[in-house]
Amino acid sequence: MRVEEISTWVEDAQKAFASATDLDSLKAARLAHAGDKSPIALASRGLGSLSPDDKASFGKVIGEAKAAIAQSLADATAVLEAERDRKVLLEEVVDITLPVNRSHRGGLHPISIIKNEVSDFFIEQGFAVEEGPELESGWLNFDALNIPADHPARTMQDTFFIEPVESGMVLRTHTSPVQIRTMLTQQPPIYVVCPGRTFRADELDATHSPVFHQVEGLVIDKGITMAHLKGTLDNFARHMFGPDVTTRLRPSFFPFTEPSAEVDIFFNNRWIEWGGCGMVNPKVLATCGIDTDVYSGFAFGMGLERTLMVRHGITDMHDIVEGDLRFTRQFGVGL
Amino acid sequence: MRAPLSWIKEFVDIPESVTAEQISDGLIRVGFEVEEIIKQGADLTGPLKFAKVLSIEEITEFKKPIRYVGLDCGEGETRYVICGATNFAVGDLVVAALPGAVLPGDFTIGARETYGKTSNGMICSARELGISDDHAGIMVFAEGEVAIGADAIEELQINDVIFDVAVNPDRGYALSIRGIAREVAGSLDLKFTDPVDALRNLKFEETGNGVPAKIADKSTASIFYLRTLSNFDPKATTPIWMRRRIEKMGMRSISLVVDVTNYVMLELGQPLHAFDKSKIKGGLTIKRAATVQKFKTLDGVERTLDPDDLMVCDDEQPLALAGTMGGLSSEITETTTDIALEAVRFDPTCVAKNSRRHKLSSEASRRLERSVDPSLAEFASARFVQLLTAHSSAQHVATVVDGAPIFAPTVTIDPAYISKILGFEVPAAKVAEVLRVIGCDVDEKSFTIDPPSWRSDLLTPADFTEEVARMIGYDKIPSVLPPRPLHATLTPTQKRRRAVATMLASRGLAEVQTFPFTNQATIDSMGFVGERASTYKVANPMSEEFPLMRVHLVPGLIEVAQRNISRGAKDFAIFEMGSIFRSSQKLVPAVSPDLSKRPDQKIIDEIFASVPTQGYHVAGLLVGKTENENWQGKARAYNWQDAIAFAQDILQLCNLEWSVARSDLAPWHPGRCAELIVNGKAVAHAGELHPRIIAAYGLPERSVAFAVALNALPESSLVRPTTVGTMPAAVQDVALIVDATVSAADLQAALCEGAGELLESITLFDRYDKIGDGKISLAFTLVFRASDRTLTGEEVSAMREAATAQAAAKFGAVVRTA
Repeated sequence: MRVEEISTWVEDAQKAFASATDLDSLKAARLAHAGDKSPIALASRGLGSLSPDDKASFGKVIGEAKAAIAQSLADATAVLEAERDRKVLLEEVVDITLPVNRSHRGGLHPISIIKNEVSDFFIEQGFAVEEGPELESGWLNFDALNIPADHPARTMQDTFFIEPVESGMVLRTHTSPVQIRTMLTQQPPIYVVCPGRTFRADELDATHSPVFHQVEGLVIDKGITMAHLKGTLDNFARHMFGPDVTTRLRPSFFPFTEPSAEVDIFFNNRWIEWGGCGMVNPKVLATCGIDTDVYSGFAFGMGLERTLMVRHGITDMHDIVEGDLRFTRQFGVGL
Repeated sequence: MRAPLSWIKEFVDIPESVTAEQISDGLIRVGFEVEEIIKQGADLTGPLKFAKVLSIEEITEFKKPIRYVGLDCGEGETRYVICGATNFAVGDLVVAALPGAVLPGDFTIGARETYGKTSNGMICSARELGISDDHAGIMVFAEGEVAIGADAIEELQINDVIFDVAVNPDRGYALSIRGIAREVAGSLDLKFTDPVDALRNLKFEETGNGVPAKIADKSTASIFYLRTLSNFDPKATTPIWMRRRIEKMGMRSISLVVDVTNYVMLELGQPLHAFDKSKIKGGLTIKRAATVQKFKTLDGVERTLDPDDLMVCDDEQPLALAGTMGGLSSEITETTTDIALEAVRFDPTCVAKNSRRHKLSSEASRRLERSVDPSLAEFASARFVQLLTAHSSAQHVATVVDGAPIFAPTVTIDPAYISKILGFEVPAAKVAEVLRVIGCDVDEKSFTIDPPSWRSDLLTPADFTEEVARMIGYDKIPSVLPPRPLHATLTPTQKRRRAVATMLASRGLAEVQTFPFTNQATIDSMGFVGERASTYKVANPMSEEFPLMRVHLVPGLIEVAQRNISRGAKDFAIFEMGSIFRSSQKLVPAVSPDLSKRPDQKIIDEIFASVPTQGYHVAGLLVGKTENENWQGKARAYNWQDAIAFAQDILQLCNLEWSVARSDLAPWHPGRCAELIVNGKAVAHAGELHPRIIAAYGLPERSVAFAVALNALPESSLVRPTTVGTMPAAVQDVALIVDATVSAADLQAALCEGAGELLESITLFDRYDKIGDGKISLAFTLVFRASDRTLTGEEVSAMREAATAQAAAKFGAVVRTA
């Protein structure tokens, strides 16, 4: 055995591995040059019969040669495996543009979405969300709000009455009875919004529905002014309609506020009536047992359908109330 | 309320430079919404002439009557025109548009050949001129009323701006030109002349006895002026200018006497009523009808009076429904020569009740129920006498008065209150100045305010605050955020509702919101009975078709499903969340505590308790396939399991524990309905809809639904988690043969009971029903785990056997061997 011979084995092995074109031919080359019967293996096994001196010197050379062969084999294997993988994965290509989601598209009703949005906005402002019954006591819906039985103001709101009419029960015409309930059960400071479903005997048409939704806000605290009302509405309007929206208060009349105002927004280049508001009428505060020498407050209310229609450019109320899935699904869950 | 600029200008010095838009903006600023600015005559150009009808040739060979009319337009020769109207005769005066004129709608008049003649112009109706909606033929005038050849645009005062103003219920005074003019002047800082000032010292000669006037009960009316006039020539006609103003206000000219009452009402705001004096027996008394009786109003409608109706009666019978409408029997007719003119400041509530009881809202009632200036009974009736005597032969005979005007009390306020409420400083001097503009007398030392006679609504500091704010301008109010609490959050209930809705939406269900109305037929067809069928009835429903409040959400979902199916949808899932109105308690007569202070807690509790509890549910309806079919293949149909799974998912989302039981509740299939029980209470039902309902409503076969009573769910308790075990689990499968009537849930419960505490989970992994003999096989995987050790084979076998032994003991289950 000669050292030169050993380096030939290494060179032969390296050549053979490098010339292998696929993993099968590499395997044949491996068996020939690194297998049990390969010259290097045989030489390695023959080491035991050598003298201790030769064993040491040849042992080192053979060890290095084996390592070189193994490295060469590993390199060739890596190259050929990568080549194989590339081919196989290429064959497994699919059309990932195929439609894969077969599930029905769900969604929240846009009124729910806007109700959530309004609630969240006010919660961030520190307002609690209060709710109340839809079938409501007339005393809470009218009388306590300074709307006497025979005042023309009561006919401003075409009311659905519940039989027997002597019970005074009505389908609430606004969410204001929730304000009364809140004032009768809580102590100021009161910061609440009341979103909910309301009823008025209007025919269903493109802009009216006998069943609709409102959100009202009520603040009762020390030193509350109409400037606070304006500030709150400005903030609210910007949240709902974007930073460029401007608001305008116009004198108006509601029995439960004095002074009263309509709030308009300037949106899409025109003034749009958005809702009503005002300083809570001291008569209403007195009915609820709130000391008007200490506390004052403001209230506001707007229609959610109207807000939705204005903001989203919806022109027909029927789309909102009919439950056609093609309409509702467009809104997703409001994210 | 309409208000022509030409009329407003009589009382306000408005410079020519002020535009209609500026006036409109001013009105809006002080609280009067201008709904429309009508520029009458803007789209009309002449020549428009008064013409005398000289000849009429009837042309009869056409389907409709056609006239070939010879007109004297003051041109020296006769002009011939074709006309389709027939409400005029030779000698009448009409309005003719001559060639070159342009009528509203860009309609140019020219000479043209028509009906075999040459028409050299057109005879016009008020509607064609854009000055009225009246299309009862062409406008006709009597000889002498107008001059032949005169410019009709000028004479009929067609060019005018008419503001259509929305008047809030607290501002009855503005239902008059006087009121609107005052607001125009106030908003633009212009000089206002009160038309009443010219009437204050008007005195009429008393030449005889007037009809006696009496108010039986002064709480129903404070002041009653009754002016008697005689010698009226019923042929007298209304002057053109008055007629035109009445028309511009949207009313119709009727006769001189009626026109003058209306004119004065429009000008000053006080409704007047003229009686034919010859029909009055004795005197006039304002009193209640007292008995049920028949009464025919001016509109020809026979009404049944309520004893409480306030009437104006003579000595024998009621003659007018007070403040609302006159009676037919005493109306002014073509033969009336003597007149009794009534001007009363009625109590607003009395008029409101009259109007409401008879569903009769008139120009008079609208004003009186909004409160009329108590001083006007005198001045408006004087204005009537002034106008009628000026335009006819009528003479004042006598004026009889009962009662006295009651004015709003003076109010002392702290001017600082106004700044405190408005949120910006308004000096006391400014407060006084502004209040004077609206007609108040202000003593600046004591700040005692005497509101004007027409403002009975100004009673409290808040009322004056609004007046100050609107006259200064709401745009002066600064925008400031209020102090706010540090924190708020949704309540657990609100969070739960939102999470449930979002979960369902993200699982493919679309939310719908339906009207909560239903009817008995629907309730019956659903099979609801007992307290699940009883509900509240709307006394005045939108439609008699749906007079009841809903008792369940599923019927509304079915209606929406039908609508979607009719529009082409096949496979979908929808849900609704909302109130239902089962009649849980009898409604009791309402209590109406005093409003001036907080009612006793007992009364408040009573009011709260009088409102019935309204359930809050979520329900879903699943129809057709669970998925949209596509290239991936077919999809399976929704089945009862899906509905039950959704109901369970809702409970799961709320972190509640429940058990399942078979139920046969409507509207579900009696063999395919599950009841979910939480804390011993059924809170949800789900399964396949009853086949009868599916057929009746045309839903796809085997449509399924779920309903969960969200209001019945307990709050989730604080989670106390068990420690997670890390020892290995032992898995055992058992297959049991039982009678097909044994429910999986019961069998599983028995296995759990027998397996003991180390059973970590149990899963039904197979159900085989082809055994025969009324038997089925249910196979379960049981997972056991101890927290402190690896379980031995013997231990696990023993627990498995204990489990199957319990199943055998309870349900005769036999372990199936392979």
